Amino acid sequence: MNSVDSKPATSSLIGSEADSQRTLYPYVTGTSVVGIKYKDGILLAADMGGSYGSTLRYKSVERLKPVGKHSLIGGSGEISDFQEIMRYLDDLILSDNMWDDGNSLGPKEVHNYLTRIMYNRRNKFNPLWNSLVLGGVKNGQKYLGTVNMIGVHYEDNHVATGFGNHLARPLLRDEWHENLTFEEGVILLEKCMRVLLYRDRSAVNKLQIAKITEEGVTISPPYALKTFWNFSAFENPTLGAEGSW
Amino acid sequence: MDVSTGDFNAPHSMGTTIIGVTYNGGVVLGADSRTSTGMYVANRASDKITQLTDNVYLCRSGSAADSQIVSDYVRYFLHQHTIQLGQPATVKVAANLARLLSYNNKNMLQTGLIIGGWDKYEGGKIYGIPLGGTLLEQPFAIGGSGSSYLYGFFDQAWKEGMTREEAEQLVVKAVSLAIARDGASGGVVRTVTINSEGVTRNFYPSDKLSLWHEELEPQNSLLDILSTGSPEPMVS
Repeated sequence: MNSVDSKPATSSLIGSEADSQRTLYPYVTGTSVVGIKYKDGILLAADMGGSYGSTLRYKSVERLKPVGKHSLIGGSGEISDFQEIMRYLDDLILSDNMWDDGNSLGPKEVHNYLTRIMYNRRNKFNPLWNSLVLGGVKNGQKYLGTVNMIGVHYEDNHVATGFGNHLARPLLRDEWHENLTFEEGVILLEKCMRVLLYRDRSAVNKLQIAKITEEGVTISPPYALKTFWNFSAFENPTLGAEGSW
Repeated sequence: MDVSTGDFNAPHSMGTTIIGVTYNGGVVLGADSRTSTGMYVANRASDKITQLTDNVYLCRSGSAADSQIVSDYVRYFLHQHTIQLGQPATVKVAANLARLLSYNNKNMLQTGLIIGGWDKYEGGKIYGIPLGGTLLEQPFAIGGSGSSYLYGFFDQAWKEGMTREEAEQLVVKAVSLAIARDGASGGVVRTVTINSEGVTRNFYPSDKLSLWHEELEPQNSLLDILSTGSPEPMVS
């Protein structure tokens, strides 16, 4: 999909009352989320940055959250909308628990619920400005899907949002395989996150990796990645061509 | 694939500097006192730190009208909540009320808020609510147009577990630095300190603040400078 003009329809097409209730642009945003299936379940990774335009304003934003017993969500885009989505999901899980029927919503159902919310808001020209990754395991079945602000949704063995689509997915297409161990999965995700740190202006070097298996959810404490700058080509790059970069 | 990699508007800057920091036992809120309409300073001694309850205060930035009406509504709802609850409202509840208003009216409002207070359950807490209505609990928060000049300062000067005096000095220094460089911030530095003992308001006029780079000691008149007989005061 090439870059879409993200300006909404002009107000003349819609009644003036609807005009006051539309998200026009995001303010505090999170960048990429990357997710992969592995042997025992799903692994998600996201940094903890909340950018305010070009300023890296907040550096401790948790963008990976558990949803009920069987799911994990990662959110990029407008943080206030992600916080609102978490409230919708908390209500959903609460209602599900209140049935007290021994059944609980699995990741596929949660993903579907999110898709309906995102798509219906899009139809009203008032989107929740997010791209979400939803992963989980239920009854041995692994599930990994994504949905964005216009309602586009799909599942795959590996997914990503934002820059992750351009930088992480190619790495995953090459190196992902069925039955990765936990260690292999983490190394692969860290490889993706490091590339994003190098190449995404809104990335910050403080991230979390979350794991979900049949047993439950674990979200790692925040940590930072080492980066590599000791290449001889980096030392004097304009030696043969002054003024170049 | 994502749509949001497009060129969306950068956030508007807001005429003010506001700060909230936690310390060992409470919080210190600080702000400048300039309200501007365009280039004109409409009020050079405004009070941007508004009371919500006995133990929770709010720093306002952005549109004066929007921030005032939001704080009035939050105060109104909090008052009713306190009556029902039968005890002082918590800082978290106050912050969430402000978030609800900011988030649900995000298209109409242009105000960034910092909520700070003390309650018996969590102690001193600071919550930042920037444009858009995100709610973030932070050890310290900065906001307003003047805050752009303070990110580096706080990266270096902030530390966990300060004393009350250290925290207050940090806030005063920071607002003062922001005033030095931000045209939309100025006037006096006001602070409000909240802890288990209660609330203390402080007022720092410019003569109580340090001088920064390229700033000179204020004088009553040139005549005073001349009369002290310093060599070569007038150069032809």
